Amino acid sequence: MDLSAINPALLIASLMVAATPILFAAIGELIAEKAGVLNLGVEGMMIIGAVAGFAVAVESGSPLLGFAAAAAAGAAFSMLFVIMTQLALANQVASGLALTLFGLGLSALLGQSYVGIKPPKLDTFDIPILSEIPGIGPALFSHDIVLYFGIALTFVIWSGLKYSRAGLVLRAVGENHDAAHALGYKVMRIRILAILFGGACAGLGGAYISLIRVPQWTQGMTAGIGWIALALVVFSSWKPLRTLLGAYLFGGITVLQLNFQAAGVAIPVEYLAMSPYLITILVLVILSADKSGAPAALGRNFHASR
Amino acid sequence: MKISNLLTGVTMTLALSTGAMADPTKVGFVYVGPVGDGGWTYEHNQGRLAVEEKFGDDVETVFVESVAEGPDAERVMTQMALEGADLIFTTSFGYMDQTINVAKKFPNVKFEHATGYKRADNVSTYSARFYQGRAVQGHIAGNLTESNIIGYIASFPIPEVIRGINSAYIHAKKANPDVEFKIIWAYTWFDPAKEADAAKALIEQGADVILQHTDSTAPQAAAQNAGDVYTFGQASDMIEYAPNPRVSSIIDNWSPYYIARTQAVIDGTWASVDTWDGISTGMVKIGEITDAVPADVKAEALAMIENMRTGDYHPFTGPLKKQDGSDWLADGETADDGTLAGMSFYVEGLTDTIPE
Repeated sequence: MDLSAINPALLIASLMVAATPILFAAIGELIAEKAGVLNLGVEGMMIIGAVAGFAVAVESGSPLLGFAAAAAAGAAFSMLFVIMTQLALANQVASGLALTLFGLGLSALLGQSYVGIKPPKLDTFDIPILSEIPGIGPALFSHDIVLYFGIALTFVIWSGLKYSRAGLVLRAVGENHDAAHALGYKVMRIRILAILFGGACAGLGGAYISLIRVPQWTQGMTAGIGWIALALVVFSSWKPLRTLLGAYLFGGITVLQLNFQAAGVAIPVEYLAMSPYLITILVLVILSADKSGAPAALGRNFHASR
Repeated sequence: MKISNLLTGVTMTLALSTGAMADPTKVGFVYVGPVGDGGWTYEHNQGRLAVEEKFGDDVETVFVESVAEGPDAERVMTQMALEGADLIFTTSFGYMDQTINVAKKFPNVKFEHATGYKRADNVSTYSARFYQGRAVQGHIAGNLTESNIIGYIASFPIPEVIRGINSAYIHAKKANPDVEFKIIWAYTWFDPAKEADAAKALIEQGADVILQHTDSTAPQAAAQNAGDVYTFGQASDMIEYAPNPRVSSIIDNWSPYYIARTQAVIDGTWASVDTWDGISTGMVKIGEITDAVPADVKAEALAMIENMRTGDYHPFTGPLKKQDGSDWLADGETADDGTLAGMSFYVEGLTDTIPE
C-alpha cells in the first residue's frame, strides 16, 4: 500500500469532474419531479446532449457553444416527452423509457462521423485569488466554468424553490395539480417548462461527459449515468442541496476507489467497487430520516376537465 | 399482414419456379456493448458484416447490442432462437451459463460462445490467444516507460483478463526489471466515463503507459488529454489515436472464423468444437507499431510476433514462478492450454491481489 502515490489536489480535482454530469442530470430531473412529472428519459436526453454538444463543439471549435447546443438539444428532445405526456396524456413511465431508448439509438446514428475525433479543450477558469491558495487552490478553484455553473445552478434552484414565488407555484403543481389549477395556475405550461428545463440540464450533463470527462464521442457513452441521477433524486428526498451532496459523494467515491485500487490499498476490490453505491445510499437514507416524501402528484397526468 | 402474406406468396412462387431458392440461413449475434464502441463489439460486428458480404442473400444476420451479462442475455438468445436463427454467436464471457441454458431448450440451433469453457453438443466455444498480443504490448511498454509504472485497466477477474496481465507483466519485466504494474479493476466491459476516470487515476499516480482490457477508446482519449502517456488499442486497432498515444494494438479478427462456421451450418457439417487460435492463423493481429516506439524496440517486437507465428516462441515459457513464490514452469517448459484457459493466479512480481 502506498497512499503517498495519491495526490490529494489531483484527486479532488477529478472527483469534481466526475460528479458534475450526475449533478446536472439530477438537478434537472429534480425540477421536473417537483412539478409532478416523472421523466425516466434522463439517460436518453443526456446522450443526445453528449452527441449534440460534441458535434457543435467540434464543428465550431468552441466548447461553450457546444454546451449551449447540448442544453438546447436536450430541451428539444424532451419536447417529445412533453407531447406524449402533456398533450397526449400518455403514461409517463412508458414515455420516459421510450425517450431513453430512442435517444440511445438516435445519438448513435447522429454520432457516426464523430468517432475518434478530439474535441476542442475548454480552458480552465482560475478564480482570482482563491486559485492561488497553495494546495486547495488548484484543486477547488481551477476548473472549467461549466463545473462552477453546475454548483451555482444548484444553489439558485435551492433558494428558488425555497424562497421564491415561482418555486412555491412549481411545488404546488407537483403536490396537488387540481388545487393549483383551481387557483388559476397553468399546470400544463408549468410542467412543460419544468420538463424542458430538465432536458436542458440533462443535455449539459451529457455534454460534460463527451467534452470534458472523457473527452470523446462513443456510442452509448453515458452507460447508465442517467439512471444513477434518477435514483439520486429519490435518495436525496427531492432536496437540491442533498442532490449536490449525493452527486459529489457518488462521483467522489467512484474516483477515490479507483485511486485506492491503483495505490494497492488493502481493501478487497469488490468492496471498493460497490462503495460508491453503498455509501451514497447510506448517507442519503440517514439524512432523509425526516420523512420528507415525494411530490404527491408525481407521475400523475393532469387534465383540466376533471 | 396482407402485404406480408402477398410477399410470402410471391416468394414461394419464385421459389417453386426456380426450384433453387432455399430459406436463408439465419445467423444471430449477441453483443455486450454497442457496435460503435470502437473495440471488442466493433470487431465482432465487422465479423458479422464479413459473413453478410461473403454469403449475400443466402444468409440473414441479426444482432442485439448492449445486452447485459446475466438473465437478460437468456431472454435475447431465446428470442433469437424463436425467430428462427440457425446459428447464434454469443460474444462475451458472461453469457456462458445463459448460452448453455438456452442451447438445451433449442437442440437444433447451433450456438458459439466466445471466450468461455462450457460446451455441449450444440455449443462450441471459440477464443483468441490475446495473450500473444499482450506479450508484445508488455515488451514495448517495458521499454517505453520512464516512470517504471505501467497502469492496467482490467475488467473482470476472469482467466482471460488475468492471463493478459501475466503475459504483459512477464514481458515488461524482461525488458525493464524495475517495472511496476498498477492495476484497476473497473468491473465493466464498457463504460467510457469510468474507463477514462480509471486511466486518469493511473496517470495521476505516475503511470506513463496504460494498458486496457475494457472495450472503449476512452482511456486513449484520457491519455491523449494528459499528454506524454502511451496506450495500446484493445480488441480493435483504435488507429484514430495513432501515432500517439496509441503506439500499437491487438486486433481481434473474427471474420474468417465466422465465415467458416456459417459455411459449416449451410453444409450441414457443423460440430461442437473448441477453437483457440492466435497470431498463427490471423485471429490475433498486431496493429501497426508507430514511430513513437524506438526502432530497435520495434524490431524486437516484430521478431517476437514472427516467432509466435511460427510457434518458436511461447509467451509463457519457464522459468516462471507464481505470485506466492511457488514454482510453476521449469526452465524451457511452456504452459499447457488447460492451465492457461483456467488461469486464476498471478506470476511472481505482481503486487495486486486478484479479486475473488
